[in-house]
Amino acid sequence: MTPRRPGRTQARDLERYASLFADRTTVMKSSPMRDLMALTARPEVISLAGGLPDTSTFPAEDFAKLMSHLGARETARALQYGPTEGVTEIKRAIVQVMAAEGTEVDEDDILPTTGGQQVIDLVCKTLVDPGDVIIAEAPTYPGAVPTFAAYQAEVIQIEMDSDGMRIDVLEETLERLDREGRRPKFIYTIPNFQNPAGVTMSLPRRRRLVDIAHERELLVLEDNPYGLLRYEGEPIPSLYSMDGGEFVIYLGTFSKILSPGVRVGWSAAPRPVLQKMNIGKASTDLCSSPLNQLFVAEYFASGQWPVYMDELRALYHRRRDVLLDALAKNLPAEASWTRPDGGLFIWATLPDGLDTTDLLAKALSRNVAFVPGRAAFMDGRGGTSMRLNFSGVSDERIVEGVRRIGEVVHEQVDLLGSLTGRRPGAVPRPAQPAAEPAGQRPADPALENVLQLPRRDGDDAATRRSSS
Amino acid sequence: MSGGGARRVVVLKGGRSLERQVSLASGARVQDALERLGHEVHGLDVGHDLVARLRELAPDAAFIALHGSDGENGTIQELLEILGIPYTGSGISACVRCSDKILAKHAMVDAGLPTPDFLSFNETAFKELGAAEALPAVEERLGFPLVVKPSDQGSALGIKFAAAATDVPAALVAAFSYSEKVVLEQYVKGRDLAVSILDGRALPVVEAVPDDGEFYDFTSRYTIGRTQFVCPAALDDATTARAQELALAVHDLLGCRHFSRVDLMCDAVTGELTVLEVNVIPGMTETSLLPMAADAVGIDFDALVGKMLELALAAP
Repeated sequence: MTPRRPGRTQARDLERYASLFADRTTVMKSSPMRDLMALTARPEVISLAGGLPDTSTFPAEDFAKLMSHLGARETARALQYGPTEGVTEIKRAIVQVMAAEGTEVDEDDILPTTGGQQVIDLVCKTLVDPGDVIIAEAPTYPGAVPTFAAYQAEVIQIEMDSDGMRIDVLEETLERLDREGRRPKFIYTIPNFQNPAGVTMSLPRRRRLVDIAHERELLVLEDNPYGLLRYEGEPIPSLYSMDGGEFVIYLGTFSKILSPGVRVGWSAAPRPVLQKMNIGKASTDLCSSPLNQLFVAEYFASGQWPVYMDELRALYHRRRDVLLDALAKNLPAEASWTRPDGGLFIWATLPDGLDTTDLLAKALSRNVAFVPGRAAFMDGRGGTSMRLNFSGVSDERIVEGVRRIGEVVHEQVDLLGSLTGRRPGAVPRPAQPAAEPAGQRPADPALENVLQLPRRDGDDAATRRSSS
Repeated sequence: MSGGGARRVVVLKGGRSLERQVSLASGARVQDALERLGHEVHGLDVGHDLVARLRELAPDAAFIALHGSDGENGTIQELLEILGIPYTGSGISACVRCSDKILAKHAMVDAGLPTPDFLSFNETAFKELGAAEALPAVEERLGFPLVVKPSDQGSALGIKFAAAATDVPAALVAAFSYSEKVVLEQYVKGRDLAVSILDGRALPVVEAVPDDGEFYDFTSRYTIGRTQFVCPAALDDATTARAQELALAVHDLLGCRHFSRVDLMCDAVTGELTVLEVNVIPGMTETSLLPMAADAVGIDFDALVGKMLELALAAP
């Protein structure tokens, strides 16, 4: 074996290093949940915990052709440092992709980044001092949670319903903050097929959010990784397009429409903000990989991408339906879940009294995994929910994975029933997917659980369903 | 390096346990130390090929840095006995007793050693024998808050506090996620102490002082900066002596050998000491308590690891 580098490590080193760590590391915490998540990567585990696109669908010959073209024409440039503000060709591709969602953008307003995640980091780096307020959705993207924590932000999470973030609650929160003399640095939202909840912000709410941003001169970070992955219904304009580039910072990425491995994302933002982000980026990594940017640009210039997007949409649409069917077959009647029109995730909520972090330990013993809901909250909520991915898992494995999850859930529901002397819960099953006409939002009581509202009994849920 | 010359040592770590990450951290530090001591070291992430790899390597000794199930419940020790490989730490029977909180606590009660009052149940009791009917009596005896623990988990996972009767069912369901048997234990409000035993001697007492929160924050057990560890703990001489005496008594009672870590509580009101549990494979990470206690008496990490190996090689 390779010899390990000898060094001095003694128990007292803890003290020695601990005094050197920045304050922010105390919130960059390890946790039993993180240890559990580390086990989900074992090969024998069917993991619905990931957020992966299915890159196996990208034709190998196309990849080889693109790389050889690039090699023939751009070797020196691809291997060289590039400008922090990105190579020109990638900006053209970005303009194309944003146009496909009806959003116009000026190349000069774009900053290519190392994945979309870097945008979240740069926005925090540019705007957030320790103790500053960030407003996010409840639940929010689990990957943003450690970034917000690392910048020592105070995150206030606003509940959602089937129309996305509750803007009325947002306004109440802003009023309250106003009275306390505090102003949030930005409002973080994933308006399309939200991760993890799967819901989409309605057009009226988008309008109101943009108005609020203008009225109060607040910045909004619009995270839109999945907008092009719509399987049903009509696209809704982006916040960026409605705002005219004044108060909305747009986050885009090639991760879900081409490859997360190339690590290319971008921001489109008001120029003063973009300039600061550019300076922040220079200190982080000088520039994003020119090789990867040129590869992506080459691909978009080749004109193949609309065809590939159709293939991806068809594949993920089918897998979403497979997951929805499997949930209907395997979860108890008291469970509920969202029915997203696009994206990669479904958010399922189990009866009160179950805890999905503990459930994951039991699920792992049957070799199946999901993301416990608590990972999407900074305040300990989400204990009865879980995020399930359908894009990166084959149909067969989705079916088998959900069967196993159903098994452990039923065991726990039965146990809880025998402990409390009654069956828990009482939210009826959501409507079957097949019964829903395409393009119409399902009247889905499950979405009430995204709200984290107290459960109501079956009669109430039925009334809501018939009236919606 | 201590006598006996260079040895071929396998460090067993990782595995499928829920404490895999902690084990990998312990194992890596132990490997470093053994190499600095001049041994030929092989790290083994425990899996299906364990026996084959052990036969192939034919080591002089196995250093067990596994935490959680198989490493602590005697399974690995049984295999090493069959293969004739000396190993660090306690033998099979002590592992079986210590890894099962119910067995360990009954042994303490029978021997008259203090441990918080408790009751234990398996899942069948609730599913098939209607044990739920008995919960009010259980709650009345133990009082609130009470602690619900899986009987055989070493880490914080699955441990819940129930502040009132309404919290108990969910806490039980959580604990049963990790184990077929659970312990309902009286909660002792007070100071959280650990006494490590090394080669028949009790090391200085370590106290875990959480940065915030009324209850000991279990997520901070393995995290730098969330909990302050004080060693030696600021206790009066009599309490220190009593804690060490008690720890040694429990270590011996349960048949442990070479080393262990005994977790105790010191009641905030009465000052009474009670034993929670014994860990046969204490953590060896940079936040772990046994290395900290050893360091306090001048045994640095390398010397500690060397001593543990020496004891394994000298064992009959």
